[in-house]
Amino acid sequence: MATVRPLRPDPVERDPALSDRALDNLRFIRDTMERAGTFTAISGWGIASVGVVAIMAAVVSRARPTVAWMVGTWVITAAVCIALSLALTARKARRSKLSMVSGPAQKLALAFSPAMVVGALLTVALLRIGANDLLPGVWLLLYGTAVVAGGAFSVRIIPVMGLCFMVLGAGALFAPAAVGQWLMVAGFGVAHVVFGIQIARRHGG
Amino acid sequence: MARHSAVPEPRGERRRREEEKEALRSVRGRAEATPVSLDRLIHERMRLGIVSALAANESLTFNELKALLQTTDGNLSVHARKLEEAGYISCTKSFEGRMPKTEYALTAPGRKAFERYLDHMEALIRAARDA
Repeated sequence: MATVRPLRPDPVERDPALSDRALDNLRFIRDTMERAGTFTAISGWGIASVGVVAIMAAVVSRARPTVAWMVGTWVITAAVCIALSLALTARKARRSKLSMVSGPAQKLALAFSPAMVVGALLTVALLRIGANDLLPGVWLLLYGTAVVAGGAFSVRIIPVMGLCFMVLGAGALFAPAAVGQWLMVAGFGVAHVVFGIQIARRHGG
Repeated sequence: MARHSAVPEPRGERRRREEEKEALRSVRGRAEATPVSLDRLIHERMRLGIVSALAANESLTFNELKALLQTTDGNLSVHARKLEEAGYISCTKSFEGRMPKTEYALTAPGRKAFERYLDHMEALIRAARDA
């Protein structure tokens, strides 16, 4: 007596590889989307706010004409600006349902960081040899480099902003010290405000 | 045949099978609601790659897609044309200077089909887990 077999075997019960293939397909989709995507959650308003804080910092740094005061003011400003832009970017990412740890976001952070680390090290080295006048040019150039590198994984206007910083940095590097200070205001202050508003308008906040 | 029906199933075993059927019902429902040709259209790896890449971008050029999916001109154009014929993607041809530029974008039906496909895959995994 023959045993009864169903004509169509239960797809999941008889083929455990089916769910594995589905999982593999989902992985492929996620990977492709991450590679194709850019990190669009950078907050334009965050960048504009950084510009406003930088203009305030420029005013404060001129209050006392000492190197320690100037460097201290800008280092504290940099820390405040990083925290501010991260918080506003996280808020925009939440609103846009984007991940802050997605592939493009990680690539952006990895590309952005090296030039910033080099900037910090060069700041210490230049202060030790008393080459304080070079600081505005070095800061603008390396920040611009970081923005161009990180901006490759974000919207197109970001690398353009980085290039502007690099041009200002190149000018500051060879200009007199007083001009260098004004170029810092033009870059960290005005350029951030102008580009931040553009990003906010074009890319939803 | 008689032997098959004569052997009584243990109560626990029967309950487990009923739970399995219940879990699979959602998968079957979604799968049947999706036309077979539609599943095949998106399911193929290259086409799945094209649709996934376009789901993450407003539009991508032919060259961007080719670099992203690491494929040849011929292969990409064949699969893109199939998706275009199905109405899943739109194709815009223009000139950038003197160079021809082909740009693809996901259409609304294409996005819906992609979302249905994602639901289908997730339901398959869920059903296998529940079982």
